[in-house]
Amino acid sequence: MFKYLKEHWFFNTKNDLLSGIVVALALIPEAIAFSIIAGVDPKVGLYASFCIAVIIAFVGGRPGMISAATGAMALLMVTLVKEHGLEYLLAATLLTGVLQIVAGYLKLGELMRFVSRSVVTGFVNALAILIFMAQLPELTDVTWHVYAMTAAGLAIIYGFPYLPVIGKAIPSPLVCIVTLTIVAVALGLDIRTVGDMGQLPDTLPVFLWPDVPLTLETLRIILPYSIGLTVVGLLESMMTATIVDDLTDTSSDRNKECRGQGIANIGAGLFGGMAGCAMIGQSIINVKSGGRGRLSTLTAGVFLLIMILVLDEWLKIIPMAALVAVMIMVSIGTFSWGSIRDLKKHPLSTNIVMVTTVAIVVATHNLAIGVAVGVLLAALFFANKVGHYMHVRSSIDNDGKTRRYDVIGQVFFSSSEKFIASFDLKEAVDKVIIDLSHAHFWDITAVNALDRVVIKFRREGAEVEVIGLNEASATIVDRFGVHDKADAEDILSGH
Amino acid sequence: MSNVIACIDGSSAMSAVVESAAWASAQLTAPLTLLHVIEEGHAAARQDMTGHIGLGSRERLLEELAELDAQKGKLLLEHGHQLLDEAKRQVLANSKVTDVAMRQRHGALVESLLALAAETRLLVMGVHGEDHGAGSHIGSQLETVLRRVHKPILLTPDKFTAPNSVMLAYDGSASTKKAIELLAKSPLFAGMPVHVVMVGADSDTNNAALDWAREALQQGGHQVETAIVAGDVEPALHQYQDQHQIGMMVMGAYGHSKIRQFLVGSTTTAMIEASKTPLLILR
Repeated sequence: MFKYLKEHWFFNTKNDLLSGIVVALALIPEAIAFSIIAGVDPKVGLYASFCIAVIIAFVGGRPGMISAATGAMALLMVTLVKEHGLEYLLAATLLTGVLQIVAGYLKLGELMRFVSRSVVTGFVNALAILIFMAQLPELTDVTWHVYAMTAAGLAIIYGFPYLPVIGKAIPSPLVCIVTLTIVAVALGLDIRTVGDMGQLPDTLPVFLWPDVPLTLETLRIILPYSIGLTVVGLLESMMTATIVDDLTDTSSDRNKECRGQGIANIGAGLFGGMAGCAMIGQSIINVKSGGRGRLSTLTAGVFLLIMILVLDEWLKIIPMAALVAVMIMVSIGTFSWGSIRDLKKHPLSTNIVMVTTVAIVVATHNLAIGVAVGVLLAALFFANKVGHYMHVRSSIDNDGKTRRYDVIGQVFFSSSEKFIASFDLKEAVDKVIIDLSHAHFWDITAVNALDRVVIKFRREGAEVEVIGLNEASATIVDRFGVHDKADAEDILSGH
Repeated sequence: MSNVIACIDGSSAMSAVVESAAWASAQLTAPLTLLHVIEEGHAAARQDMTGHIGLGSRERLLEELAELDAQKGKLLLEHGHQLLDEAKRQVLANSKVTDVAMRQRHGALVESLLALAAETRLLVMGVHGEDHGAGSHIGSQLETVLRRVHKPILLTPDKFTAPNSVMLAYDGSASTKKAIELLAKSPLFAGMPVHVVMVGADSDTNNAALDWAREALQQGGHQVETAIVAGDVEPALHQYQDQHQIGMMVMGAYGHSKIRQFLVGSTTTAMIEASKTPLLILR
């Protein structure tokens, strides 16, 4: 057992502890900001971050990944909180946890393979835009002091690391918050502070069952939200897991992570927190600061709770401008600027998928809908492209009495019309040979198209011979699992 | 192709491992593969406490980490090549084996051995690993390998001499019976006298079991001696071995339940620690 602990928890202790602290310092403003986005007290987001981070440290499938209350999830909760209140949110969180555990057991983590890269990029960009847009209410209708403070905050966050010696030893978001708080207090500025936004935690999280009636009516209310939260939470967690896998060059257990997210969300719901998921920005910060193991996530959660209980008086006087600066930093870091550059390089279909995903998410404020539309578009573009891989050669012999058609390539719903159009149905010949031995039929549409062609030729009195239909239609069967047979290469080789 | 795979790790026992692998490869007429596993392939995690991310952070971070790992990886790969070249030179110079392949793999030792399990006939490892001087504790990964890799494993102490007699620790159980059958058919111990030793009471069941073992081995063309000794398993077996100057011991592994092992200690571990000769472990 000690060996297990040494291998999975304490292989990188010093770095994990330090990076956990860095992450916790950045998590505090984020959790507060996301609570405000969702329309609940800051303590809901803070308790949620603590519970989720601590639980995931033990049951998650991706060591080194940070999970807490997130913007993606907060955006989905806005209407639920506005219409029904906090208790329904907690109930929805519990249901989300249950659904995520079910998804883990059903191995739905594997479904990530259907989400194309451009949809993932669109998701990330849309999230960054939404986080930025959520800061705008703090920047409108305010005095110039707020703008100045925010600008100063951003300057500190990005400029502080360049200072010699201390620049790389103290997290710059912390310096930003502390500096701006001191300035605001010293100058006696009349600007909004965290304390104005709602209640902060003053006790350890308390176990409570959500105060909602256990009826079908409640289920009807929370189920749509829970489904959205489940999908978005798992999507972001799977994507972040991939990113952390790449950065650390290790592999993770996707389905274990799904189940872990579910357990963490149930925990959050039972202790008065909102639903959360993995955080891309914080996970990158964690890896960047040297965190690699579960200890870093645990440290982040525990340190977060200690800080907010110890510092609750000071938390109240942090100006919102400081939080806005940190959140703008997060949104800038989350946005995939490379994708803007790549718009020139990538094919049009990829760009359309990415931009559409972003547009739909920003319009509906719902990441799940955006991803669904993106996946659908990507699939259609793919089917269209593969549909081009079909070619029909024709040759005449036997003194002009026999026409031979060689079909090469993929015949399915996207290419079946082209398939039919490739046959000269008005030509009067005695015999028609259709050679399918180099073609693949992928679905019933293809078979049906072939039938129509054969019937048309027969009606004109031509004798039709079809060669190679068996091999061609071997690909219609759902579980043909050709990849592990010895002749797989021949069957699936390109044309 | 079923190979004899020798685990090369640059420890003090390395030349003994190479010698014993060459001996086994010659006896079995199986091709020899020298395997080096690169375990700590990642550079130490960097310390950048700035706690912020900016434009293109993710891509830049990935490139930085990949670059650090690449530098370390190249050095480790080069080091591995040197070790393997030295081992191959030793095999070709000191034995009749000519079919020697060299391989390197990344990852944990156990995972690499499991990945190669399909082509392994016999695994050869040193009792002591890289992290030890000539202490008496067995290598840290040995237990995990023994538990998870279900192939015969030959453990070599720091010096190897080719055995001319072999001894099997026998207790009449199904797994040791399988071991007897394997030994009877295997060319590894061709022409050597085999001692079948049982630790326990001189009872009828034990004697009957020994008779069965004797017949099975004699059918395989081996010269057999049997004995029953009393006392604690590990000291009794090693005492017999010393008395009769036996060059190699064969045994099964981890027969007792995990709880008994946690409370009382593992017989297998005790045997391995006290062993002064090569030890063949069969599962």
